[in-house]
Amino acid sequence: MTELTDLSIAEAREGLKRKDFSATELARAHLAAIEVANSALNAYVLPTPERALAMAKASDARIMTGEAGPLEGIPLGIKDLFATKGVRTTACSHILHGFTPPYESTVTANLWAAGAVMLGKLNNDEFAMGSSNETSFYGPVVNPWRRKGSSAQLVPGGSSGGSSAAVAARLCMGATATDTGGSIRQPAAVTGTVGIKPTYGRCSRWGIVAFASSLDQAGPIARTVRDTALLLGAMASHDPKDTTSVDAPVPDYAAAVDKGVKGLTVGIPAEYRVAGMAPEIEALWQQGVAWLKGAGAKIKEVSLPHTKYALPAYYIVAPAEASSNLARYDGVRYGLREKGHDVTSMYENTRREGFGQEVKRRILIGTYVLSAGYYDAYYLKAQKLRTLIKADFDQAFEEVDVMLTPTTPGPAFAIGEKSGDPVEMYLNDIFTVTVNMAGLPGLSVPAGLSSEGTPLGLQLIGRPFDEETLFRTARVIEEAAGPLAKPQDWWSKAA
Amino acid sequence: MTAALPMDAKTEKTNLIEGETGPWEVVIGMEAHAQITSKSKLFSGASTAFGGEPNSHVSLVDAAMPGMLPVINAECIAQAIRTGLGLKAKINLRSVFDRKNYFYPDLPQGYQISQYKSPIVGEGEVIVDLLSGERVTVGIERLHLEQDAGKSLHDQHPKYSFVDLNRSGVALMEIVSRPDLRSAEQARAYLTKLRIIMRYLGTCDGNMDEGSLRADVNVSVRKPGTALGTRCEIKNVNSIRFIGHAIEHEARRQIEILEEGGVIHQETRLFDARTGETRAMRSKEEAHDYRYFPDPDLLPLEISQDYVDALAKDLPELPDAKRARFIKDHGLSAYDADVLVAEREAADYFEAVARGRDAKQAANWVINELFGRLNKEAKSIAESPVSADQLGGIVDLIKGGTISGKIAKDVFDIVFVEGGDPRAIVQARGLTQVTDLGAIEQAVDAVIAANPDKVEQVKVKPSMLGWFVGQVMKTTGGKASPQAVNELLKAKLGIE
Repeated sequence: MTELTDLSIAEAREGLKRKDFSATELARAHLAAIEVANSALNAYVLPTPERALAMAKASDARIMTGEAGPLEGIPLGIKDLFATKGVRTTACSHILHGFTPPYESTVTANLWAAGAVMLGKLNNDEFAMGSSNETSFYGPVVNPWRRKGSSAQLVPGGSSGGSSAAVAARLCMGATATDTGGSIRQPAAVTGTVGIKPTYGRCSRWGIVAFASSLDQAGPIARTVRDTALLLGAMASHDPKDTTSVDAPVPDYAAAVDKGVKGLTVGIPAEYRVAGMAPEIEALWQQGVAWLKGAGAKIKEVSLPHTKYALPAYYIVAPAEASSNLARYDGVRYGLREKGHDVTSMYENTRREGFGQEVKRRILIGTYVLSAGYYDAYYLKAQKLRTLIKADFDQAFEEVDVMLTPTTPGPAFAIGEKSGDPVEMYLNDIFTVTVNMAGLPGLSVPAGLSSEGTPLGLQLIGRPFDEETLFRTARVIEEAAGPLAKPQDWWSKAA
Repeated sequence: MTAALPMDAKTEKTNLIEGETGPWEVVIGMEAHAQITSKSKLFSGASTAFGGEPNSHVSLVDAAMPGMLPVINAECIAQAIRTGLGLKAKINLRSVFDRKNYFYPDLPQGYQISQYKSPIVGEGEVIVDLLSGERVTVGIERLHLEQDAGKSLHDQHPKYSFVDLNRSGVALMEIVSRPDLRSAEQARAYLTKLRIIMRYLGTCDGNMDEGSLRADVNVSVRKPGTALGTRCEIKNVNSIRFIGHAIEHEARRQIEILEEGGVIHQETRLFDARTGETRAMRSKEEAHDYRYFPDPDLLPLEISQDYVDALAKDLPELPDAKRARFIKDHGLSAYDADVLVAEREAADYFEAVARGRDAKQAANWVINELFGRLNKEAKSIAESPVSADQLGGIVDLIKGGTISGKIAKDVFDIVFVEGGDPRAIVQARGLTQVTDLGAIEQAVDAVIAANPDKVEQVKVKPSMLGWFVGQVMKTTGGKASPQAVNELLKAKLGIE
């Protein structure tokens, strides 16, 4: 029998159904893997083994009585941005020191209702602000992948770096993640995993620590397209507690996976061919085009003329909303409080100690762009660009069913390599932010390895609420690319 | 809309304030904050009840826990629309909630959700009738919805302030008037009228003691006919009486500065009810930069005209219409009509008494006897021990000649204190008016016989007749029909 931790979710479901193994055995296998790997990878900030075993036991009981849910007994990791009732939730920020919510986020509640098992809370960039998982209060996450012949520690992408690393290193079968400017797709791309940011409004934001409300969206990271579809099916719902969530039935995503691309028209946005693009990224993109063409899709060049404005506009809108969303962390009601001689100094001391550099930078940018006299020049203009970006997509989607682009400008970089220059770091999001600005679904699927031997991903962009087309197109690429090598286990030896 | 521009506003000479350098005109605009009558808060399901244990009406949303999201309370929207309709205002079918960002411990989110650029209600007007008979039409600029803050308690601990979030998130309507008011009296009358309208609509209880109606007052002064002066905003004046004091003090202060050659700096001032003075709170330079932007947690609020029409159909008769009807249909004076429409319950009470009876007499009894007595006992109309039926019964007894007006007042007293059916009381206590002419004549004769000197006097001075009436009433214990006594005396004394 293969290692239990190597199974896909789809395979594990079958195994559990056939009683080849129990949910408890499955949970134990993962908990053991976490135990061995976590000191080296730092993917989990809070493993919850007792809870995992209790949930697995309950799953086994339901399997015995034939009451199994669609994700019964499937062990998952949960990004620390999701509020988990009775389990510390900090968004990996010191300012939420010791915060244990008395409530459960809608997305995780949906997963538990489907029978899934929680292994623990996963690391992420502080308040999801980052592209490398280096801004976490709990320290950086290490990518299980290494460059050929190198032991340099690479980043797992961000902000969902704990999610991508844990999935890639077999420390969970799938993970929840969130994506504000690429935080699901970019980490998935650089760890050889599949990640989807669904359409804005598909998953409830209730109970997820907010970064930028108009852009934040939850989604899954897993190792196969099918697994990702299964997870999204359970996570998505209409939630009256989030008025931006959409009241539309959740399709059977898994059923769409094998439908192929025959008859689909795939758009290639010309503006994504940026100056100085690495030749291997260009080659990967062309390879993707060839695969889809080979599978019967039509290919069509499209234009998204406002693409170049997406990144600067994003870095106005997201910090603006963040500066307001993070105002509640003031030391008055929960989390960290640093004393002061009056209320203002208490605020200052608490926020100085509680927030990291990147979070402070974004609060400052956001406060600045919303200030009197600057609002029109920055925030309002950025919102207008957002409308234009959306209109570009609307127009292009009249001619094509799905678009194909690279997910990232390059493979995983080394820890510390880009953390000195925020702008260089922000450029990691260049291919992903447009999707958030337009509220569209985007998926990253592994498509090969870089010259350094590390994973690269291709991004698919779809029409609003047409996640099904993304899954079926991604499955074609996944199949064509063939099984991706596993990252070599260096961490057990390190342990 | 007919909202008057400030330059065109009519100024009554009597509203001018005399200064050293001649008359000054005071220009006033108001921002009223009215707490919406609703069971739950604007964006959460927590109770809005006043006076609960501190922090007992607080949801996760009100406490701004991480990841919590606001959900608009449909009833609060309906209440704002009803109020807008009551202000004869434009209802905006699309409005937007914005965030107003500032830090304060009783503001858990670090921002107040409000409506900045696109309020739910646009321009309207309020007609204000003053005691002098002067009528002022006050333009309404807008009405928008916003969250109330919690309360900071500074007197619970020597070193720390405490925070009570019960009020945090309760729905407020901010009603902004145009600078159409020209005196403290007008300002008081405007706020009173606004309060009456909202109480009719059931959209705000107007309880200023509990803070459910508060006002910020903008005051500036100018020489009549010149451009608007620099204004100062007086914050949170919490009674209608204080609004008058605050305006008068503030206008005097500004005039004094200007007449001494100084300039007014735009600033926010606080009214101190103890001293009756206003003092500087913060200058324009110190004013917060609220960094307003549309709340990304809430989609723009879109309502249909059908929805607005349905609410309009169910509105009660409003005070202006009721007042006009009382004057036209019941023949009441403007004053009586104003007094009666000031409370919807009072107007309803009056109408119940007036039904099938003489409306003027009903109004007299309601205003003079009932209100007089209720005021004395500090009771509201709802707490009146005398029902409209009982008061109507008393009026009927007068009309039927069973009792005199004077006896009626005694009967009213008995009903007020002891309760009971007026007719039964009159019968049981032998208060029925004496209409037996023989008995009255006997009493009249006796009074005439006993006072020959007065008989001589009344022949030259007919107004003395009242004295004779009084004497006869006295000897008959007030039960004689005053009309019969009058007629008999006139005949016997030979007075026309």
